Amino acid sequence: MPPVEPSAGKARHKPSRVPRTPMPERSASERREDFDEVTLVYTEEQARTEAARCLQCKNATCIAGCPVNIDIKAFIRHIIDGDYADGVAVLKERNALPAMCGRVCPQEEQCEIACVLAKKGEPVAIGRLERWLGDYDLACKLEERCVPQVAPASGFRCAVVGSGPAGLACAGELVRLGHSVTVFESLHAPGGVLTYGIPEFRLPKAVVGAEIDMLVRMGVEIVTDAVIGATYSLDELMGEEGFDAVFVGSGAGLPMFLGIPGENLNGVYSANEFLTRVNLMRAYEFPAADTPVWRGRKVAVVGGGNVAMDAARTAVRLGAEEVFLVYRRTEDEMPARHEEVVHAREEGVEFKMLCSPVEITGREGFVTGLVASRMELGEPDESGRRAPVCVMGSDFEIDCDTVIIAVGTRANPLLAKAAPDLELSSRGYVLTDEEGGTNLPGVFAGGDIVTGSATVILAMGAGKKSAGAMDRWLREGR
Amino acid sequence: MFEVVHKRQLSDAVFEMGVRAPRIAGKIRAGQFLILRVDEKGERIPLTFSDWSAEEGWVRFIFMRVGKTTHKLSHLEVGDSLADAVGPLGVPTRVDGLGRVAVVGGGVGAAVAYPVARAMTEAGSDVTVILGARTANLLILREEFEVLPLHELLIVTDDGSAGEKGLVTAPLKRLAASGAIDHVMAIGPAIMMKFCAETTREFDVPTTVSLNPIMVDGTGMCGACRVSVDGVTRFACVDGPDFDGHAVDFEELMSRQRVYTEEEREADAEYLRECECHR
Repeated sequence: MPPVEPSAGKARHKPSRVPRTPMPERSASERREDFDEVTLVYTEEQARTEAARCLQCKNATCIAGCPVNIDIKAFIRHIIDGDYADGVAVLKERNALPAMCGRVCPQEEQCEIACVLAKKGEPVAIGRLERWLGDYDLACKLEERCVPQVAPASGFRCAVVGSGPAGLACAGELVRLGHSVTVFESLHAPGGVLTYGIPEFRLPKAVVGAEIDMLVRMGVEIVTDAVIGATYSLDELMGEEGFDAVFVGSGAGLPMFLGIPGENLNGVYSANEFLTRVNLMRAYEFPAADTPVWRGRKVAVVGGGNVAMDAARTAVRLGAEEVFLVYRRTEDEMPARHEEVVHAREEGVEFKMLCSPVEITGREGFVTGLVASRMELGEPDESGRRAPVCVMGSDFEIDCDTVIIAVGTRANPLLAKAAPDLELSSRGYVLTDEEGGTNLPGVFAGGDIVTGSATVILAMGAGKKSAGAMDRWLREGR
Repeated sequence: MFEVVHKRQLSDAVFEMGVRAPRIAGKIRAGQFLILRVDEKGERIPLTFSDWSAEEGWVRFIFMRVGKTTHKLSHLEVGDSLADAVGPLGVPTRVDGLGRVAVVGGGVGAAVAYPVARAMTEAGSDVTVILGARTANLLILREEFEVLPLHELLIVTDDGSAGEKGLVTAPLKRLAASGAIDHVMAIGPAIMMKFCAETTREFDVPTTVSLNPIMVDGTGMCGACRVSVDGVTRFACVDGPDFDGHAVDFEELMSRQRVYTEEEREADAEYLRECECHR
C-alpha cells in the first residue's frame, strides 16, 4: 500500500491558474461620506476561487512568514474542500482573533511575500481568505461559533495588563492552556488600539467586540477602568490579588510631538487624541455622543505611518475640504502599508512629500497654518533609508486650521510607577528575554511596551509567545 | 458600576457627590483625580477628589454645573450609578516638608484645597487657608475648613458679603510680603492661579498650582492636557496636575480650556431642550 497522505480520502488538489481575486471595495466617493468599512468581504465563490490558486506546497513557506505560525496551507485546504468550520478551527489553533488579523495584518510583507506564487507577483490572497473565514465564524450563531478547545483547569491565575492586541492574544492563549485569566484595561472599553486607534472603516468595532466576546466565552474575565500603576500596582496583583503570573502589554503610551513653535495651539492634536475622540468616544456622532472633536476645514497630518493614514482618512470623513499628508521623506520611505496609502490617495488626501514642519502658525489661540521646509534625500541614515536634508530658504506655509501629529509614541511613565523594580531600557520600555520574560519572576511583557510602536500582529505574536513561556514557568519553572 | 451614595447641593450650581468605589478609595492621596463617564454616550471628564474613605469605600468630588456632562451629573440621585470611574490619577500633591504654607482655594477650587490642607496639617505643616468666592453663598466647605487645625482661615469675597472684600491675592500678598509663609499652594480658576503666582513671584515664595486642562484618557495616552511649563510641554495627567506656578504658561492654558466652548454650548443647549426636568 502507498503511504497515506494526511489529505487522503479527499480529491487531489489541482491548483487553478486564474489571476489573484481582487478585493471588492466601495468607491472612494462613497467611502468619504461615512465610517463604514472600506473593503467588502469576498463572496463564498470568490473565496473558493482564490483558495483554489493555492499550490498546497509540500514545504509551505508561507507558514514561516506568519508571526503566529498559522497553518495556512491547512486552512486554505479546508476552504477548497468547503469545510469552513474546520478552517476556522485551524486559524483558532494559533490565533484567537482571525477576523481582526485578516484585516489589519501586513500580509504582503509576512505570509504573502513568502508564497511561492509571489515570485510571479501574484501570491495567494492569504489575508483575505483568513478574513473571510474569520467573518464566516462571526456570522454564525454564537453557539455555532468555533470555540477553541480549552485544556483542563491548571489552577493557576494569570493577570494580563492591557486589552490591546498583545494582551488579548496572550489572554486567549493562556485560557486555552487551562489557566484562569483576568485582563485589566485602563479605559472604559476593551481592545486597546483596536478600539481607540484603528478607525471603524478599517476595523469595525463590532468585529473587535465579537472577537473579545469569544474570549470571554472561553472564560477570560475583563476588568475595565483599572489602571495598573494607579488602581493596582504590579506587586498587588502578584500579592493580595493572588495572581501567579502577570503579562504586561500596556502599549507604547505617550504621543510624541515635534517640538516646534505653535504646537499647543487649539486645533493641534496628537493622532492618539484625534483618533480616540472619534473612535472610542464616537465624536463623529456629536452632539448625540457627548465628546466633541474639532472638525477642521483644512487639515494637515504630519507623519507617514499607518496612524497618519488613519488620521488623514478620518479627517476626510469628518468633512474636511482638504487634507494634506506632510512627510519629510518620499512615498517610497513611508512606513504605512501600501494598501492604506492607496486608499488615502483615492479618498482625496493630498500628499506633500519631502516637507518637514518647522512651525505652526496661529491667531487668537487657533491654528492658521503649518510652515514647512522642503527637503531632499541625502545619504542613507542608520535606518537604511535615505535621510532627508533641509533645502535652505525653502520654507513655505500650508494654509490649514487643524494639524494632527502622527510621528510615533514613547513609553508611558505610569508603568514605572506600577512596578518600580521592573527593569526598563533608557527609553522606558520593558527589557525582556526572547519570550517576554522580565527581571521579575512571573512577570512577562510584550507588544509595544517592549518594542516601541510596531504592528498589531507583532504585538499579538509577542503576547502569544509570552503565554507559552508563562505556561512553562507556571508548570515547571517556579 | 459606580453607585452614587451621597449628594449635596452646595450652592445654586455646585454639587458634592459621593460614589462607591472601594478600589479607588483605598489608594487616593490629596491632589489626585478621577476620570468619570456619566453614561454610555458620556465624555470622560477629570474631577479632583474632595474627600474619600478607604474604610467605607467611597470617594467624593465637587463640581459646578456648567455644561452637558455636569448637568447630567447633577441629575443623578443617590442610588443611581456612573457608567465609569477610574483612578486615582495624577501625581499626589506634595504635602510634607513645606514649612509654613498658604493654601488658596478659589470657587470650586476649595474642593481640592480641602484635602490638600488637611493632608498638610496631618504632615505637620503650619497651614493658613485663604478661601475665596465671588459672594458669600458661593463659599464652599467653610465648616470643613473650620475644624481643621489651621494656623488661620481667611475668608475673601469679591463683594464683601463674607469676610474680607476683594480678591484672594490681597491677603496672599500680605502674607508673602511679611515673610509669614514659605510655600503657596493655589487651586482655583486658571486666572486666579495666574494672579496668585504673579503675586508671590515678587517675593520669591515657591508656588504650586493644580491645573485643570481638558483631558480624555487621563493616563498619558492622548496629550490633550498638555501645558507649557518653563517652555517645555508637559502632560497634566501624568506629570501633574501640580506644577510650579511661576513657570506655567497660563495664557496658553486658558486658551486651550476654551477650545470647545462653542461645541459645549451646543451640546448643553440641546441637552436642556430634551431634558425632562426643564420641560
